[in-house]
Amino acid sequence: MDKKRNMLLTAVCVVVLFGAACFAQFELDSYIRRIINLCLIYAIIGLSMNLTNGFAGQFSLGQAGFMAVGAYVVGIFTVPVELRENVFYAVPMNPLIADIEMPLWLALLVGGLLSALIAFLIGTPVLRLRGDYLAIATLGFSEIIRIIITNAQSFTNGALGIKDIPALNDVRYIYIATAVTFLFITALINSSYGRAFKAIREDEIAAEAMGINLFRHKCLAFMLSAFFAGIGGGLYGALLGTVDPKNFLFTLTYNFLLIIVLGGMGSITGSMLGAVIVTAGLEFLRIFDEPMALFGMDIPLFRPGFRMVIFSILLMVCVLFWRKGIMGTSEFTWDKFITFCKNPVKYCLGKGAK
Amino acid sequence: MSTILKTDRITMRFGGVTAVNELKLDIREHQIVALIGPNGAGKTTAFNMITGVYTPTSGDVMYTLPSGEAIKITGKRPSDIAKMGIARTFQNIRLFKDLSVYENVMIAKHLHLQSGFMSAALHLPWYNKEQKAMEQDVKELLQKVDLWDVREEKASSLPYGQQRRLEIVRALATGPRVLLLDEPAAGMNPKETEELTEFIRRIRDEYDLTIFMIEHHMDLVMEISDWIYVLDFGMEIAQGTPEEIQNNSRVIEAYLGVEEDA
Repeated sequence: MDKKRNMLLTAVCVVVLFGAACFAQFELDSYIRRIINLCLIYAIIGLSMNLTNGFAGQFSLGQAGFMAVGAYVVGIFTVPVELRENVFYAVPMNPLIADIEMPLWLALLVGGLLSALIAFLIGTPVLRLRGDYLAIATLGFSEIIRIIITNAQSFTNGALGIKDIPALNDVRYIYIATAVTFLFITALINSSYGRAFKAIREDEIAAEAMGINLFRHKCLAFMLSAFFAGIGGGLYGALLGTVDPKNFLFTLTYNFLLIIVLGGMGSITGSMLGAVIVTAGLEFLRIFDEPMALFGMDIPLFRPGFRMVIFSILLMVCVLFWRKGIMGTSEFTWDKFITFCKNPVKYCLGKGAK
Repeated sequence: MSTILKTDRITMRFGGVTAVNELKLDIREHQIVALIGPNGAGKTTAFNMITGVYTPTSGDVMYTLPSGEAIKITGKRPSDIAKMGIARTFQNIRLFKDLSVYENVMIAKHLHLQSGFMSAALHLPWYNKEQKAMEQDVKELLQKVDLWDVREEKASSLPYGQQRRLEIVRALATGPRVLLLDEPAAGMNPKETEELTEFIRRIRDEYDLTIFMIEHHMDLVMEISDWIYVLDFGMEIAQGTPEEIQNNSRVIEAYLGVEEDA
């Protein structure tokens, strides 16, 4: 009964948020919409990264590479054919793909699938490594992907990047992608496979002794993660309207690492929260970038870049006081929410005692 | 009674050290067999070779399928060996610490899942059916072994004795035919050991298991074993019924040392 109620509440929540997305689309200005879109896209990629790092416990840092794959598939195939000559002015586009044009949703799917395929090829050797070694190897492969993209000029326009991608600044579209990702990953984590992932995270030797094929499950998590990173990357490219290899430096991965560490490794709702805090928080802190006067005196610290200092301090505070991130490995659940609403004081005290 | 698990002169060398040397075991169905020996005798190494953690340097491990056919399982993956029906526990408890008791046991059911990950993720009807059956099994199992009341607790928060028990239950949940227990009574007081003795007997009968265990508590070993192997420096020095082992001079020697003549 409770299960049904919770599903109903989730469904209602998804619909209400869709309404909010429609409202944002029609009523808010494009700057705000852009921030909302970025939050949503970062949430997709944060979720994808949490799947390998938080749930399967494999410390992988290849997200920027997989995003690049998705973004480039969208870039290459959604630019209208008649505009391509303009875009590929240095080296003409390879005739193999010059006439293929796809709608955005198809390009996103193709990008995701290609990402997953590449993840499979990379994962086969690399997933036998553990811990730091895996992190270094995946980081390296993500750079390799970027460098291949930079050099495959007839396909990707090299360092010039691809512009004129039909711009997507539609909150509803991105919201639907995020909601689907969220629901899929939640359902997966709550299935037997999700439990197997967690078992691998907790203890590989015991997991294997319980009959869980380590390689197969790690590879599955890695591929799914790459798939969603590809989708997120594609949306990112479409949102920006241009893709450029420099967008996908390995430093981009750390954004998402930040999101999942802040939100809580191994918490889906934590990743969503982390994405919003990091993306919107950075925008909100822009007030610190503007010169500010207090009692007629110019405060010397307030200048461009200062918000990053503030942000770093906030992060340090967060890491010091919430070692496991805001959510830890727990999730927001309707049960907890309802108990909280019934008696907030008791809930908080009970939690403190625990 | 027919043989269910057999090792044919398995040897394990780590560099220059021979941890286990030409060990021949013959474990018969429905028996409780113990492997004893002083520390460092190679008991856990033998376990690890049987369960696929190590591939023996030489020799073979043979396993008899329910059909009666004997197959070689040497060098197979631990996960495949678990699927065939050989489950184990660990000397130093290896529970999924941050997960609940219930999840720990549910995970052990994963290996028999037929549905692919897509049907699992989308919770398609046939997956849900399997999931229901799994839940039912786990519920029954946990109720039988008195862990149902603590199902929501984190595994690491259980008292030591219950953690040991949970590890055995988790291995049971994989639906094994052979259960390998690596020092199940380690660190237990006499009362807990007694309970464990009862528990091992009970699950052997209820689930029609063959049990092969490493143990140092001699009262436990002597009480429940049908057959005992004694290992010292990687070599078998004796085997027999508990009475035979108790009176075997070589075993006493290995455990207590030789009296030096003045």
